Amino acid sequence: MKSAVIVFPGLNRDRDMIAALTKISGTAPALVWHQDADLPDVDLVVIPGGFSYGDYLRCGAIAARSPIMDKVRDRAANGVKVLGVCNGFQILIEAGLLPGALMRNMSLKFVCREVKLEVANAATDFTRGYTQGQIIRCPVAHHDGNYFADSETLARLEGDGRVAFRYAEGTNPNGSINDIAGIFNEKKNVLGLMPHPENLIEAAHGGSDGRALFSGLLGQAA
Amino acid sequence: MKARVTVTLKAGVLDPQGQAIEGSLKGLGFPGVASVRQGKVFDLVLEGTDVEAARSQLTSMCEKLLANTVIENFAIEISN
Repeated sequence: MKSAVIVFPGLNRDRDMIAALTKISGTAPALVWHQDADLPDVDLVVIPGGFSYGDYLRCGAIAARSPIMDKVRDRAANGVKVLGVCNGFQILIEAGLLPGALMRNMSLKFVCREVKLEVANAATDFTRGYTQGQIIRCPVAHHDGNYFADSETLARLEGDGRVAFRYAEGTNPNGSINDIAGIFNEKKNVLGLMPHPENLIEAAHGGSDGRALFSGLLGQAA
Repeated sequence: MKARVTVTLKAGVLDPQGQAIEGSLKGLGFPGVASVRQGKVFDLVLEGTDVEAARSQLTSMCEKLLANTVIENFAIEISN
């Protein structure tokens, strides 16, 4: 699987994502600086977490308007898989690749802890390493992860199996509507989620529940 | 030409920051605070004198960047 990681100023989880992709796919991802004019030919584009542009204006708002995002949008339209984690999820939403909005956590606090996630749709390229309804452990670390969508959008997401992960067992850390932790686009080739599966892939992390997301993707792409 | 853009949360969108400020104002003993909603203000200085052109450009700025129209409304005031 050939992958690329988009790097914006202010991200801080890019190294973790590069390590996870390298360990699981056996190939280091291409690193694409946000001002680069072109995106290499890859099967998977990843936008990692952090604080692009210091979260100025709104989380992900400035990064979402950078020229490289037009390329990401073109690739997504052509079926290339796109994964956004945490700030990457915020960027995908601000770029219009995923619907809704991510608002300030209901507690107003930055939340850094482990949560439980339910795999809400295991029949996609991203989630097929899991079983439907499986409960997994995953770390979260964010201040603005409170997913919101109007009732029409929400009904569409729920009806079309576009909720990928839900916070489970009362561990919703941010007050997100319907306990939503991650969603797909319509074609299910774009996934955004607040939790960090790349931070739970080996024994040294204290668990490997995040690994199946990457290994599931690997099984499909050449 | 000067412009002020005010961005506010749409009605019905939860505003935990506004609620916290409301609670704090009540804690300070200010009577009669029924509700607080927090927003953002942008002051822009624009070149040119065509007010209608400026208004149309500011609207586009709001839709493309300054406001997240999923959850926010915007208002534009222009002065000389």
